[in-house]
Amino acid sequence: MYVAVKGGERAIDNAHAWLAEERRGDPAIPDLTVPQIREQMTLAVNRVMAEGSLHDPDLAALAIKQARGDLIEAIFLIRAYRTTLPRFGASAPVDTGAMTVSRRISATFKDAPGGQILGPTFDYTHRLLDFALMAEGEVPAAPQAEANAQDTPHILSFLDQDGLIERALPDDTPPRDLTREPLELPADRALRLQSLTRGDEGFVLGLAYSTQRGYGRNHAFVGELRIGTVEVELNIPELGFSVEIGEIELTECETVNQFTGSKTEPPQFTRGYGLTFGQCERKAISMALVDRALRWQELGEDFVGAPAQDEEFVLSHCDNIQATGFLEHIKLPHYVDFQAELELIRRLRTAAMEG
Amino acid sequence: MDDYNFAYLDEDTKRMIRRALLKAVAIPGYQVPFSSREMPMPYGWGTGGVQVTAACLKPDDTLKVIDQGADDTTNAVSIRKFFQRTAEVAVTERTQDATIIQTRHRIPEAPLQPGQIMVFQVPIPEPLRFLEPRETETRRMHALEDYGLMQVKLYEDIARHGEIATAYAYPVKVEDRYVMDPSPIPKFDNPKMNDSPALMLFGAGREQRIYALPPHTKVESLDFEDFPFVAGKADHPCAICGSTESYLDEIITDDAGSRMFVCSDTSYCQERSVQ
Repeated sequence: MYVAVKGGERAIDNAHAWLAEERRGDPAIPDLTVPQIREQMTLAVNRVMAEGSLHDPDLAALAIKQARGDLIEAIFLIRAYRTTLPRFGASAPVDTGAMTVSRRISATFKDAPGGQILGPTFDYTHRLLDFALMAEGEVPAAPQAEANAQDTPHILSFLDQDGLIERALPDDTPPRDLTREPLELPADRALRLQSLTRGDEGFVLGLAYSTQRGYGRNHAFVGELRIGTVEVELNIPELGFSVEIGEIELTECETVNQFTGSKTEPPQFTRGYGLTFGQCERKAISMALVDRALRWQELGEDFVGAPAQDEEFVLSHCDNIQATGFLEHIKLPHYVDFQAELELIRRLRTAAMEG
Repeated sequence: MDDYNFAYLDEDTKRMIRRALLKAVAIPGYQVPFSSREMPMPYGWGTGGVQVTAACLKPDDTLKVIDQGADDTTNAVSIRKFFQRTAEVAVTERTQDATIIQTRHRIPEAPLQPGQIMVFQVPIPEPLRFLEPRETETRRMHALEDYGLMQVKLYEDIARHGEIATAYAYPVKVEDRYVMDPSPIPKFDNPKMNDSPALMLFGAGREQRIYALPPHTKVESLDFEDFPFVAGKADHPCAICGSTESYLDEIITDDAGSRMFVCSDTSYCQERSVQ
């Protein structure tokens, strides 16, 4: 006689114990430390901070360790932790013009005040496996130069002075907070950017790429890409002034997009914008292209039906924690629904055979 | 567990959810947007239900959690453990003893009682979603009570298949106003919602929606006069308890593909077997 399967609880406990063992791997190999991940898997840490919406390299490194290197799982751990944190206040807007840049390039001007700084980039590396890394060894120190003490002006501001690019007017309206309010559409640009910066790098990259291949093409040049640290200031109401509470690393991308004008706007260059925590330049550039594609309505362009132009499509699907949860939930038991479908299909088949 | 508040969520978040619940109860069947939080379990695994349960739980509550009708399915075990750990509430497998029942895909067979709360986990709260993917459009359709698209879909099913080809998540109309998704329960369970003495709350975490059926709400499954709704189930008695009234799971018992049918509601089945 069949007895209904019991033992879900024991199965879960055993699965967790096995998972812990697998995570550790061969105990003969030294345990990976959180500082090692933080220092040597920096770009993974950066992605987890960017999509986890929490700037904390130590926690991001811990999450990567706990998640066995599955970055979406690590982002999930960070998000679930972040949501329990109390909020003391909001920082003053960071000034990326005052950024201490470690990398700053422009594809539109050969030179500009502040110069081009290639920085620590993979761009011109030959993608040849470096077998020397399989052995331990010290890395020779990189050459040093004096840091530029001046602020580095945004390159697009030079186009702005000539009136060749759309004005980016300051706006002090407090942005809506995606993590505290349900997403309601239509969204404004601030909310779209907030959603994109938390969005999955792969998804945003794919959408950006689709615009380059003609699905909502918007002729983007990287006007400026900069990576560096900015000061974060918190306004303390009791003191009446703001206090610097730390520095964070950011990647900022501003695109210049050709625009021949529309019914409502004259011919001029237009802008796309991307900003992420840490060094995440693929993401920041992708974000800028998708931001620009989503601005079709505001600029009086045609909606050509491209996915990257479709705000509801993009914002509803770019969050990888939502996406992976719902995707993976089809692993859960569906006996009951499946049974209902079985009955239905059997009935329809019988009717079809008899008919 | 002192590191977290009672039932995990902080009190401000609970207050926000309770406000949404009150609005949902005031407008039966209407989907209220709420600021769903990231929970320590994945979206799509009951985060909406968990948030609703967390907002309703009191220390003296007795909680029952089922998935596919069973208390021992892995995700039901996991959610029950979560509340045992974060709220230290009493738990039960007996439907009659529970004050709050969180469920995925079933309504228990034992009749619900006044004072009980059913909390449903909802994947896609929008009954019109697979007819119209845009939320901006479907909200407008609900506002205008524009349900023609749904009527046409049901009609086309009958024209093509001779019956309405929906076996679960079968749409209902609430108090002659809102068309509502009852969550993916088999249509067998639909009649249990009508005029139920229990309060029924629906939470969709990923989609950020809450809706509700207050006790004794009129809930009708959509149909046509000449094609009335039929709540179907496998035409067998339960192989364990012999019930002919309960919803059945089909189980493959050998390599030859032999089948047996047993109650999906394990608590109901066990109680009948003992008697």
